[in-house]
Amino acid sequence: MSSSELDRLLADAEHLYRDLTFQSVRDWKRRTGGLAIGYMPVYVPREILHAQGCLPVGVLGGGEDLEIIRGDAFYQSYICHIPRSTIELGLNGALDCLDGMLFPATCDVIRNLSGMWRMQFPDKFVHYLDVPQDFDPQVGGTFYEHELQSIAAALAARGAKPLRDDALAASIAVFDTHRDAVEALYTLRREQPWKVPTHELYLLLRAGMLLPVEEHVPLLRRYRELVLADAARRPMDQARVLLTGSFCEQPPLGMIKTLERAGCYIVDDDFVPVHRWIRGRVARGGAPMRDLVGAFLESGVPSAIRYAEHGGKGDDVVARVRECGAEGVVFCAPSFCDPALLDQPMVVRAIERAGIPWTAFKYSENTGQFQVIREQAGTFADSIKLWSTV
Amino acid sequence: MSNPATAQIHKDASQERQKRMIAEHFHRLAQAPDTGHKCAYTFVPGNLTELLRTFDVLPVLPEINALQSGMRGRSRDYIALAEKLGHSEDVCTYVKCDVGMLHSGNVGPTGERLPRPDLLLLSYTGCFTFMKWFEILAQEYECPVVMLHVPYQGDGRITDAMRRYVVDQLRRKVIPMLEKVSGKAYDEDLLRQHLARSAQAETDLVAVLEAAKHRPSPIDAYFGGVYYIGPIFTAFRGTQDAIEYYRELRAEVEERMRAGKGPVTPEGELEHEKYRVVVEGPPNWTSFRQFWQMFVDEGAVVVASTYTKVGGVYDNGFRHDPARPLETLAEYCMGCYTNLDLPTRVAMLSRYVQEYSADGFLINSVKSCNSFSAGQLMILREVEKRTGRPGGFIESDLVDPRYFSASNIKNRLESYFQMIEQKRSSGAGT
Ligand code: SF4
Ligand code: SF4
Repeated sequence: MSSSELDRLLADAEHLYRDLTFQSVRDWKRRTGGLAIGYMPVYVPREILHAQGCLPVGVLGGGEDLEIIRGDAFYQSYICHIPRSTIELGLNGALDCLDGMLFPATCDVIRNLSGMWRMQFPDKFVHYLDVPQDFDPQVGGTFYEHELQSIAAALAARGAKPLRDDALAASIAVFDTHRDAVEALYTLRREQPWKVPTHELYLLLRAGMLLPVEEHVPLLRRYRELVLADAARRPMDQARVLLTGSFCEQPPLGMIKTLERAGCYIVDDDFVPVHRWIRGRVARGGAPMRDLVGAFLESGVPSAIRYAEHGGKGDDVVARVRECGAEGVVFCAPSFCDPALLDQPMVVRAIERAGIPWTAFKYSENTGQFQVIREQAGTFADSIKLWSTV
Repeated sequence: MSNPATAQIHKDASQERQKRMIAEHFHRLAQAPDTGHKCAYTFVPGNLTELLRTFDVLPVLPEINALQSGMRGRSRDYIALAEKLGHSEDVCTYVKCDVGMLHSGNVGPTGERLPRPDLLLLSYTGCFTFMKWFEILAQEYECPVVMLHVPYQGDGRITDAMRRYVVDQLRRKVIPMLEKVSGKAYDEDLLRQHLARSAQAETDLVAVLEAAKHRPSPIDAYFGGVYYIGPIFTAFRGTQDAIEYYRELRAEVEERMRAGKGPVTPEGELEHEKYRVVVEGPPNWTSFRQFWQMFVDEGAVVVASTYTKVGGVYDNGFRHDPARPLETLAEYCMGCYTNLDLPTRVAMLSRYVQEYSADGFLINSVKSCNSFSAGQLMILREVEKRTGRPGGFIESDLVDPRYFSASNIKNRLESYFQMIEQKRSSGAGT
């Protein structure tokens, strides 16, 4: 019974992942009459949207299945793939169900896409969400709070509920349980990676881009129960790796499977990072908006797109390697991704200093051939296993 | 063309002055370890030159070093070295050029060694890569770093919250750090004096750039323009030298305009202005002269460009305002070209095409720079739609010679100018 339920659960998640028409969002709108607001990677505080009765919808590009017909006319060959597939989704009508889009300050490509969106879809709500790189509550915090208030006001002007403190407090609590549920799966994968293959975990994370949080949390919990009960999932001789660099444009599912088949247990990663951007629960104590801002400033995870105020670039990756018991690092970044690729040599320096082996390759969301990656990852996994036995 | 030999020998007084100013600046930098002068590495867009001057801190601008390395034929090796050190082939070549230069002795454009920084002043304006660049430099140098995060004009305007955010950072972070590094107290009156001088020079710069509205244009506002912006974009804003340079330059340009002369090019004066174009995007530096010559060969003059606005947009009326010293610095930073949203960039280009009576506009899309390049194909179509003038698109890079294909670019330019010609003969456009 359990295993077929698990199969069904995963099949549903994969269906959501592959549905480029955003049918689930359309259904939600029909059911609730609420506003659906899209957001690009990497992070937006979904609690605000939730508190105003909106559905936050993660738009992570078109992935491996989308045929790019018009999107290429918007971008030169030396720009990453995600903006062109996102434009494609906009032009082919897939994103018509969205009442607006948030473009967070992830990089110059997403930043510029916000202006393109404004020109291309003049009737939609478009907001560039500038996030502070100054983490002082009095300085960056004040600015960020103002940003969030202005988004809330703009949404209310478009028909969302006005933002109220009690609703925001409740939404923070809901997303805290969501953070717990995600973290529980990451912990289980760290402890028993054979129970939680990353290609499955990934599909679940992606489902959270589309489903209301109230549906996503039980899904994550149920998956955990089912895999824990599944005795057929047994340990294999795989190399434990931490994968980094895939925080924005996502790799094709086939690539994640390839890495696993090549002998890697991915025991930590930065896929779909909006779910884990705030470490732990939001510390409470003040007005809910202040708490949310404080969590971003103080509990935001180190990342290529977050200024390393105190230096020590790469130390966080070394610490994560230790924490998850990884034996090596796989740098896995989208081609032409400035933040990831500019970050990489700094992180390499830190992990080499710590004596951690690594390998690196690039992908595009629509990469179809994995042979080279398979060989490279296989060799890497073998070399790790070899070293761990001598 | 006038006689190239004479043209090359003859240098305008302003050019001589600029050369001297730059030589002196780099000499001061080279001497800094002995004189005890403090140096801050910082960027062109959103530079705080007047503020640095208030503390007697000298700026070093890595982008300028990179572009100079490109012009002097050194960037190929520097980039190769950086790639060997693990920097990706996909990222901004300014960064790699700088990293390569640093690992090759850090010799500046005048052949003298650049001092190590006493401070990394990271002004994060208009480009995300700046932040990564300084994180990389922070690994190389044991020195303090201070960040000035400048919010983007996502809605095409500056809000009070944005201004306050920048001013707060200046007041609470940047100024205290400059006080610490320089050992000098902040003197706002001195800053006001520098800012007042900036405003004077800015007015003359605008007059120079707007001289291109005249037919024939006495200047080339892109290839020539990059020389004109030199002092004001770099170490000299707020100085008496800059005032004198721009006063002199303006007089020279106005004299050329009165005499009905065209711009001075590397080959001498352009006597017959055949095409007037607006250019978007930075130039290529490794084949700068060859690139310019392709325009000259066609009789094309660039009458306005956006690249000459990366270190500050002044032709919209903005001037540094000594009455509001920190607010004005904040507005300056937020107003730099690459900090403007795409609709504003489209509006600005369209305005240039119309106000400068251009036959069309060209985009030089550089591989390095997402800040400039992401969205340029849409800009192309939008500006064409709004102005009815033809747009052209060429691709190259800033300082990586591997991405400058002379024959491709020349072909594209030739076809582009033929297209303008055809439009003219069919009566469309101007
Ligand atoms: S993949 Fe990288 S460069 Fe492309 S949009 Fe995302 S963060 Fe920006
Ligand atoms: S990406 Fe563009 S703006 Fe940024 S440093 Fe490179 S050339 Fe300059």
